Amino acid sequence: MSATVTSANFASLAAPVAAADRQLVRIVIVGHVDHGKSTLIGRLLHETGGITSQKLEQLKEISARRGMPFEWSFLLDSLQAERDQGITIDTSQIRFQTPSRDIILIDAPGHAEFLRNMITGAAQADAAFLLIDAAEGVRDQTRRHGYLLHLLGVKQVAVVVNKMDRVGFEEATFRAIETEISAYLAGLGVRASAVIPISAREGDGVSAHGTRTPWYDGPTVLEALDRFEPARAAGDLALRMPVQAVYKFDDRRIVAGRIETGSLKVGDEVVFQPSGKSAVVKTIESWPVPPAGQELTALDAGAAAGLTLDREIFVERGEILSTPAARPHATRRLRVRLFWLAEEALEVGTSLIVRLATSESRATVAVVHEVVDPGHLSTFESRRIGRNQVGEVELLLSRPIAADPHGLNPRTGRVALELGGRIAGGGLVISVLDAEAVPATPAARHITPVASAVTFEERVGRFGHDGAVVWLTGLSGSGKSTIARALERRLFNRGGLVTLLDGDTLRAGLNSDLGFSDADRAENNRRLAEVASLLRGLGHVVLVAAVSPAAAARARVRTIVGESFFEVHVSAPLELCEARDPKGLYAKARAGEIRGFTGIDAPYEAPTAPELVIETDKLDQSAAVDRIEAMLAGAGVFHQPGEPVADDAGI
Amino acid sequence: MSTADDRLDELEAQSIYIFREAFARMKRMALLWSLGKDSNVMIWLARKAFLGHVPFPVMHVDTGKKFREMYDFRDHYAGAWGLDLRVEPCPPLEQMDPTLPPATRSAARKTEGLKMALEKFGFDAVVAGIRRDEEATRAKERVFSPRGLEGDWNVREQPPEFWDHFNATLPAGAHLRVHPILHWTELDIWAYTQREKIPVIPLYFSKAGKRYRSLGDQDITFPVASEAATIEDILIELATTKVPERSGRAMDHESEDSFERLRVAGYL
Repeated sequence: MSATVTSANFASLAAPVAAADRQLVRIVIVGHVDHGKSTLIGRLLHETGGITSQKLEQLKEISARRGMPFEWSFLLDSLQAERDQGITIDTSQIRFQTPSRDIILIDAPGHAEFLRNMITGAAQADAAFLLIDAAEGVRDQTRRHGYLLHLLGVKQVAVVVNKMDRVGFEEATFRAIETEISAYLAGLGVRASAVIPISAREGDGVSAHGTRTPWYDGPTVLEALDRFEPARAAGDLALRMPVQAVYKFDDRRIVAGRIETGSLKVGDEVVFQPSGKSAVVKTIESWPVPPAGQELTALDAGAAAGLTLDREIFVERGEILSTPAARPHATRRLRVRLFWLAEEALEVGTSLIVRLATSESRATVAVVHEVVDPGHLSTFESRRIGRNQVGEVELLLSRPIAADPHGLNPRTGRVALELGGRIAGGGLVISVLDAEAVPATPAARHITPVASAVTFEERVGRFGHDGAVVWLTGLSGSGKSTIARALERRLFNRGGLVTLLDGDTLRAGLNSDLGFSDADRAENNRRLAEVASLLRGLGHVVLVAAVSPAAAARARVRTIVGESFFEVHVSAPLELCEARDPKGLYAKARAGEIRGFTGIDAPYEAPTAPELVIETDKLDQSAAVDRIEAMLAGAGVFHQPGEPVADDAGI
Repeated sequence: MSTADDRLDELEAQSIYIFREAFARMKRMALLWSLGKDSNVMIWLARKAFLGHVPFPVMHVDTGKKFREMYDFRDHYAGAWGLDLRVEPCPPLEQMDPTLPPATRSAARKTEGLKMALEKFGFDAVVAGIRRDEEATRAKERVFSPRGLEGDWNVREQPPEFWDHFNATLPAGAHLRVHPILHWTELDIWAYTQREKIPVIPLYFSKAGKRYRSLGDQDITFPVASEAATIEDILIELATTKVPERSGRAMDHESEDSFERLRVAGYL
């Protein structure tokens, strides 16, 4: 639908129900672009009194004069023309009235290339009509839009089977479509409130039952509209109030947020997740300040809240307030069913920002479980979720956030995903996973080592830098160890505390129980990461040189280390690495003496978003070290830049 | 409580949420105060969001051609509401694109004044009181709308916005437009103004059979025929009128695309 018009006069022509008692419902009409959306809207506007009969006659006359059959979609075109002349008010929203509802029809473009606008529109809707052409049946776009309605959380859906006149109002055709679409939607957990056979062009089933569908006894389109309810904030779910900010006004510390679900009152004990801190609600603040004795004492779902607490606790934006008995999980690992809109595919190792309510965390994709093409309704094995596809992934977060499974709480069980500073997708939290081998709170990981006699400030004062982990990944022979050793020398010479962890060196001892299966490689990386993380916590700049070919394993490494982690992809063409073959391994692999050798008969998954890429076929060793040093400096790792030291590593 | 009251509560809560999100995520924010009914409602909502305070500057980009009543209103309520008011001038008409139609060209001064003010104070976000129901191009707006370095708006390339997650990342030097009342209608504004008893400029009420529906520069803003002398009258009038809100704003109607050209160049 390109014509998007509203007219303020509709209100005056519809049924005279007191404005104050009318429910306002926002709807979208979605489905395949050619299945008759404009015609249905034109018909609806006419039958709800939005278009006068005079206007209609005028349009019919114009059509006749042009020798064209009259089309209801002309109504939209004509309103569009009026808009251009400044006669009616235009929005992307059409307003009309049913006997008991004010309806706002939100524009949700059907064309695939406007999917982000369809999503923006549909996400605001309380209810949706999914439109299907009776002659064409359920199409890719129908299923795709159905799937998106499910992901967007639009719970009220009615299916309209249009153009029944083109199939001779045959019940069998209708029933076949009804069965197919109902099964599809049911598979998504969506129950269609009605499946309605209509002919928008001829009027059957829109505001009155047509005589040509005697076999149908369900609601008309108008009746279905009248049964839609405004989506209300869920007061019956457990209390969830994501913290937007903590304000300090006039000596009051005010915790501000919106009550997404549940309710609260003064005197309630509340808990903030993920910090786990608790307090009692002392007052509910509001402005204008109510007269003494009339202060607010309770708030329901949907309310904008400002609370003071009975004690001074440090809570911050992103935490979720709940009752102690029913609190959200604190987690660093989420399984999410998502839609993806960015050009760049989402794959294992992709680094993005996850937003859940007001919280924000860096995250990496650890596993791609499945990719679905909702158009073809096929699930396929893939490691990439492309543009406009949906799929299920596991996300590892760099810090714990509070979350609910979507089934328990839709408001705090969904996330937006940001890539390169733009919202690129969104999804439902299918499950909140216990992050195995990743303790829920970083504190648990550093219990003893950090209880050191030497303080952080003392270390920085002596060594001139914070702790950091530089993780060099790349093919065997790409130059990781060479660069790591040169860098070790450079940082040591400037007075730093630097430790080189070489994958092969650790395999000689700590990791001698591990082989080269995928699982063993992943465990090897995990141990390297844990050791690196401990040393980082003690102020070391840790240089890790490890092939680490699996993106998922590296994603996990990033999560284990958390802060101050720098992934450096040491890259060189395979031929060059093989020509260098410093350890003679490629020759052995080619000869079949080594199996599962990365680059030969095992894959190397290049990082998609490393902090730095060093191309050793283009950059010499000293320049490579310069780059890494500059990266660390840029990230604020160095606090007192040491005196320049000649690069005399001589490696 | 009536359904209408519930609806105003919902609108209010949504606007407060947007204000708080913007304030939490942006570094230097300012609110654009045009002195009209919409921006007065916005200031009211900001004070609700921040418990009586407006914790950022309120900027009036002044063409110098507003009505006397508007300046009186500004000077009185800036003090009464405790606002950190910044009045910023606009460059003269001679510096505007001469290919624009006359009233559009005059309105373009405000865009340039805004650009100069943004540069002067280094604001990374400005809060503007536009609404989807006002005008076609505004209908396509997002709640958080990033602008290019020139303040320009790329309507085709807007990222998606859903579940109250907003795009707030900007390239250096660009700024964000924040629209906390985008989802309100003209009727909502008046109903809320009435319920909350928010002060308004008397030019909105009928005098000798005419009133202003929308306020702008004196020379390019015209009253409409109306007998509505109170907010109650206005609410009744709006339920039946076929005249669009901005019909008295000359620059909207000089040519089919004049307002669109203004908006693409950074007009509100």
